[in-house]
Amino acid sequence: MAKTPTPAELLPGLSYKPPEKGWMDVKPDFRPGTYCNPASPKWMDWISYPYAQPRSIPDDNWGLPQDWKEIVLQGMEDRLERFRSLKVFFDICVRCGACADKCHFFLGTGDPKNMPVLRAELLRSVYRRYFKTIGRALGEIAGARDLTEDVIKEWFFYLYQCTICRRCSLFCPYGIDMAEMTLLGRELLASVGLNIDWAMASVAQCYDKGSHIGAPPQAFKDMIDFLAEENERITGITTPVSYNRKGAEVLFVMPSGDYFADPGTFTMMGYLLLFEHIGLDYTLSTYAAEGGNFGWFISHEMGKRLNAKIYAEAKRLGVKWILGGECGHMWRVCNQYMSTWWGPVDFLEKPVSPITGTRFENAAVHKMVHISEFTADLIHHGKLNLDPQRNAHIKLTFHDSCNTARGMGILEEPRYIINNVLPEGNFVEMPPNTIREKAFCCGSSSGINANENMELRMQGGFPRANAVRFVADKYGVNHLGCICALDRATLPTLLQYWVPEVEVTGITELVGNALIFPDEMERTTDLRDRDLVGFGEAEEAGEEEE
Amino acid sequence: MDFFKRHFFVALSAVLGLIIIAYVGVQGNLQLLFGVVVPYLAALIFVEGLIYRVIQWARSPVPFRIPTTGGQGRTLPWIKRDLGEKLDNPADTPHLIGRMALEVFAFRSLFRNLRTELVKDPDNPEGARLIHWSYKWLWIGAIAFHYAFLVVILRHLRFFTEPTMGFVLMLDHVDGFFQFFTPAVYLSGVVLVAAVGYLLFRRITNPAVRYISLAADYFPLLLILGIGLTGILMRYFFKTDIVAVKELAIGLATLHPKLPANLSALFYVHLFLVCVLFAYFPFSKLMHAPGVFMSPTRNLTCNNRWVMHVNPWNYPVKFHSYAEYEDKFRDAMIEAGIPVEKEQ
Repeated sequence: MAKTPTPAELLPGLSYKPPEKGWMDVKPDFRPGTYCNPASPKWMDWISYPYAQPRSIPDDNWGLPQDWKEIVLQGMEDRLERFRSLKVFFDICVRCGACADKCHFFLGTGDPKNMPVLRAELLRSVYRRYFKTIGRALGEIAGARDLTEDVIKEWFFYLYQCTICRRCSLFCPYGIDMAEMTLLGRELLASVGLNIDWAMASVAQCYDKGSHIGAPPQAFKDMIDFLAEENERITGITTPVSYNRKGAEVLFVMPSGDYFADPGTFTMMGYLLLFEHIGLDYTLSTYAAEGGNFGWFISHEMGKRLNAKIYAEAKRLGVKWILGGECGHMWRVCNQYMSTWWGPVDFLEKPVSPITGTRFENAAVHKMVHISEFTADLIHHGKLNLDPQRNAHIKLTFHDSCNTARGMGILEEPRYIINNVLPEGNFVEMPPNTIREKAFCCGSSSGINANENMELRMQGGFPRANAVRFVADKYGVNHLGCICALDRATLPTLLQYWVPEVEVTGITELVGNALIFPDEMERTTDLRDRDLVGFGEAEEAGEEEE
Repeated sequence: MDFFKRHFFVALSAVLGLIIIAYVGVQGNLQLLFGVVVPYLAALIFVEGLIYRVIQWARSPVPFRIPTTGGQGRTLPWIKRDLGEKLDNPADTPHLIGRMALEVFAFRSLFRNLRTELVKDPDNPEGARLIHWSYKWLWIGAIAFHYAFLVVILRHLRFFTEPTMGFVLMLDHVDGFFQFFTPAVYLSGVVLVAAVGYLLFRRITNPAVRYISLAADYFPLLLILGIGLTGILMRYFFKTDIVAVKELAIGLATLHPKLPANLSALFYVHLFLVCVLFAYFPFSKLMHAPGVFMSPTRNLTCNNRWVMHVNPWNYPVKFHSYAEYEDKFRDAMIEAGIPVEKEQ
């Protein structure tokens, strides 16, 4: 694997000045560390994806099928007929450049083809050449170019340097959404056998076994039972979990990142404590064991094929409604696509919180409630017994996940929770142009959090990390909160690289820390076994002043 | 020649070529062609082309509701949203109309524009940091350009009706408020040329924008600059016979075209450039004007979770069913104490 340069080596080379040569004449530089490996044929076979064969990026020959060009152009035509978005976005860009310095990959790499406008032109130029009279007639001077293997390679390089975060679409005066074009472009690549391994492996495992790590049902149960035991060890509270239980009121679906790796596991422990605290009648499913939808990173259809499990399982188990954990793209998919794919969802009821009686009118049709909404509602009604001092060692800032921020608008709920589980003054915001709807992406979402492209990931995450660095230096922030499992998977690596003093935490983990149970043990540590400030015998008066 | 020069000079030559065509044509007594035929042709292409293009877009469905949300969504009733958030994340039709109105009339998204730069910072271990600040110049340029153009177009209505409509006279009066020159200087004309000049200057001098610019980006700017400059020349320096212009315009508008004899070549150049702009419109990026109304990230209500959106081509997909799943893992599930549908 390529050695990743250090931050001090990376930044001096960063410049936003484009090269002398016109962009049509510049070929992508497939330098190790900047691209993802192509998908292994094994995974593609699992989900019946076409043209599976071993491929290597440095090879000249990418093993495209004989009629690859016809396939791609036919695919483009099909998508133009099915997605008005694509047609309109291809036609109306005025290349004003407002999106250019909004993209974290452009800001991190300085590569002009990472300006969303130019990334879109990579596709548009082909569209003009084959679907527009003026492009057919005038070629390059009309911004059109032939579809060649080099163009396909360029698409592969740059469409996997977009994390579908939509920051560009917020600033675009016409709402042109690179995410939409990236997704459809990736579908075109997949149609000729080009996929990336990390995403494809996750998709295949989710499809076949239930979660992206490929844990069979018994392993899934073991992992979560272990976290329940951890809860008991730390708090003295048993948090029993039921699996695939018919007749439960609520099916809880979380991203797999929350039960297999730190720091997501602490968020999982938080969920279990929270549900125990309020006595929620819920169950987990070993079949719908993954909320995160890696399929959507590859195609709309694959997104649907994976998403199918959630409603199917809710129906089979006969639950009343679905509660969804802290996950970004899971929520973007559930918000933007789920009820359109499967609705109407008559077998579920309109969600009502059994604890507060709140009717979640905003989820009346897709019947799925976000854990942050659910928790905020509990706190608002005074149903949680919380001791914010148990989070006194945490100085937090909050990273809005792109998908929940720009894909649905969950901004206040997590902040409301944070303000109730943290002591006053322990929460500070990053600079306003880097949060809420203007949040910068973690830089590794949408299936590219592999290891082989680490340099690219650290570049893409630079704008996010840079804002964290600002509050870490200025206010002594030591934790970055988020409501996204991919964030919890990618941000620790990113911060380790750019701002090593800051750790990553889910919001429900903080809730778990703060919950007071009537029959709990004396709490001296948080869920991560770190000493609390001001609790227990180890604490001495002198230390508190630090 | 490099990419930039090729695209810029092709656009510049095209505009200069158009000017020469009109000038030479009029010298060759082709007044009928440039005064009557071309304007009708341009109007026809504009209207038909516009309708055709919009129908072309509309023929493709909107399979998913994908608005970009720019503020807190409507969730729990006690979570307060200010008017700005309600407009940036519209939960109902009135607010959606508000969002679109702001987008169309005030360029709301462009108003959000930021500039991000990498600056040296010795205090940072990496030696540099990003700074972001509100950057309104592009918005100001765009607003100035579009509104000035609108006023100029409305002002020209005075050529098309007799008597001139009241609001046009009023507009004329306000626009010509600054009487430091005779005839009174129209502010809109000055602003239009200045704004187009700025947009062109920015396109050429900003390295990133120059890098992405095509001939199709320079051409409309140069064309509009040409229209503005010929208009200004006619009004202030080489006076044109207004009565004759009005005669031609009313003739065209009432479908009884008459060709007055004493119209200058400059007028025909101006008119021809306008005709080219109209005819070019439907086949160019200028379609962003109708396009913004059809952009699915802006023109849809953010109500996915409580109003179902229907995809006309939704189709069944193959997925891994629970039955297949249980068949594969039944023994392990029974052993782990996980309930199953079939015991064997």
